[in-house]
Amino acid sequence: MSLSTSFKIEPRREIPRSLLYATPLLAVVLTVVAGFFIFLFMGYDPFLSLYHFFVSPLLTFYGLSELMVKAAPLIMIGVGLAIGFRANVWNIGAEGQLTLGAITGGVVALAFWNQEGIWILPLMCIAGILGGMAYAAIPAFLKTHLNVNEILTSLMLTYVATLFLSTLVYGPLKDPMGFNFPQSRMFGDSALLPILLEGTRMHLGTVLALLIAVAGWVLMTFTIVGFQIRVLGQAPAAARFAGFSRTKLIWLCLMISGGLAGLAGTFEVSGPIGQLIPVITPGYGFTAIIVAFLGRLHPLGIILSGLLMALSYIGGENAQVEVGLPQAVTGVFQGLLLFFLLASDFLVRYRIRRRAAVPQAVGAAQPAE
Amino acid sequence: MAPDAAVLVILTVVGAATPLLFAALGELVVEKSGVLNLGVEGMMILGAVSAFAVAVSTGSGALGVVAGMLAGMAMAFIFGVLTLTLAANQVATGLALTIFGLGLSSLMGASFIGIPVEPLAKLSIPGISQIPIIGPLFFGHDALVYLSFAAVVAIAWFLKKSRAGMILRAVGESDISAHSIGYNVIAVRYRAVLFGGAMAGLGGAFLSLSYTPLWNEGMTAGRGWIALALVVFSSWRPWRLLVGAYLFGGVTILQLYTQGAGGLGIPAQVMSMLPYLATILVLAVIAAGPWKGRLDAPACLGKPFRPST
Repeated sequence: MSLSTSFKIEPRREIPRSLLYATPLLAVVLTVVAGFFIFLFMGYDPFLSLYHFFVSPLLTFYGLSELMVKAAPLIMIGVGLAIGFRANVWNIGAEGQLTLGAITGGVVALAFWNQEGIWILPLMCIAGILGGMAYAAIPAFLKTHLNVNEILTSLMLTYVATLFLSTLVYGPLKDPMGFNFPQSRMFGDSALLPILLEGTRMHLGTVLALLIAVAGWVLMTFTIVGFQIRVLGQAPAAARFAGFSRTKLIWLCLMISGGLAGLAGTFEVSGPIGQLIPVITPGYGFTAIIVAFLGRLHPLGIILSGLLMALSYIGGENAQVEVGLPQAVTGVFQGLLLFFLLASDFLVRYRIRRRAAVPQAVGAAQPAE
Repeated sequence: MAPDAAVLVILTVVGAATPLLFAALGELVVEKSGVLNLGVEGMMILGAVSAFAVAVSTGSGALGVVAGMLAGMAMAFIFGVLTLTLAANQVATGLALTIFGLGLSSLMGASFIGIPVEPLAKLSIPGISQIPIIGPLFFGHDALVYLSFAAVVAIAWFLKKSRAGMILRAVGESDISAHSIGYNVIAVRYRAVLFGGAMAGLGGAFLSLSYTPLWNEGMTAGRGWIALALVVFSSWRPWRLLVGAYLFGGVTILQLYTQGAGGLGIPAQVMSMLPYLATILVLAVIAAGPWKGRLDAPACLGKPFRPST
């Protein structure tokens, strides 16, 4: 009579918080392990590569400041997207909304390029937010009025936004004194975000990004609207019975995520870049999707995951300089991280219980675990 | 010669439509089984780079095509493990697949940029392929173009007439009922997802081996996403998909030709927006129009399923 054991997988009734927050760490560890083998396979010294990817960028003061510069847009966009994801609103066109925000903010900067005044920067920020919102309004309108899937529309608009920016910097916004390079004039001093630390690129926006994350946390945790958003995502039927307006909430989610992405775009051009150029983002809008998930759609978690994904950009650049790794490794790492995170979610939602297979004949008397 | 020019235009439309058709046909089958795989772009581009790398290294276009299909299937397998076995969110997993595929493809393709490849051989029947107009239009394509048409017929038949196709649709319409009458929902979906991966890989292979026989980073340029939109456009019907793919192929080529003709004073970038804007427009029209395409969406589309026992 063999007493083989079998495994039973069953959904958990309650999701343990500890697991919810421990699995992102597990995913990071697995990504690093996978990275080790990828580097080995590609013929690079895995220890040295991992060191230059994940450790050495953090050892210098400048490296840390760059981490903040790259994390700022990721955190801002991630917080906005997470609010939408909670409500099952899948805005994946943040990259396009960021680009639009960079354009509208940049146009304001260029309109007043030879003027000074402390009002220019706030005006740019407002223009950036409105630009991002207006762009997110297209998928919002199509979803709420015609029930068109926002995933496809917001993504298609990303391609359009990139082409639009390119049209502008090759055409009407090209610097007249710029030797025909596809770039705008350099912004005036009043249109540039103040640098917080001498000798770095750490701008005011990095601090604002953190404040925005805190504001997002307050919105989602302590307000009725935050509650409604969560109910809409988890139990759409309950939201309907409670009389929450689905249309309003969808609009709200897309306006928040679009506005924040637009503001992030304005920050990019008025901070690290300082002018409009054809490519203003290394995929922040897409990476922010990973940031949102890795941070468990929680604004404070997103600060941590934003910093980590910023490290993947800086680490990628650093490893390229130090050991000659191709920059594309960053994208592979980001994708792997999301895979591992989604896989480890299984442990959060289900539990695996071992049960002894009960021998047929005498089994009836034994309690089956 | 006007007729010759027209033939040339139609040939380029075929080239632009074929990769869309392959990828969208695959996704149609996947969605019919109740699974939404948003990773088409990622599977497609990995198919493109793998096909190109193998074709350049071995000198065999056929081997390249096989490699493209296998690469797409490998990606689809990752998707299957996550969403079918581990019941992960299909939207998030599809996005991860796309991000991963774009990254991995540029990593794999870095050493292949700027290298030419022998394009897939065109059909050449002595005497017939040389007939003006009819020859090049019907008898001068490479094998994949004919395969894409055959695939439309085969998939339409499979879904409508075959037993396996009916089981697949049952699984997509009501996974719980299909499960309770004894069908293995997960196994059916795995097969559909792997098929979708192979088709996306095939579309990618056609891109890098026939349409533009070159490897370029990000060369799919959103075609995987357009393929997803085409499935909605077709309201999950293979024949309408054929129409949609050629419509979009037409828009792409129209845009290229007007750019070539001086763009009518419109900047090239604005013309390049056309396929993407057309996609949005089509989605809106389908949703607003009298057909109400989404009524035909498989009922279980995108919902994870785990057998309860």
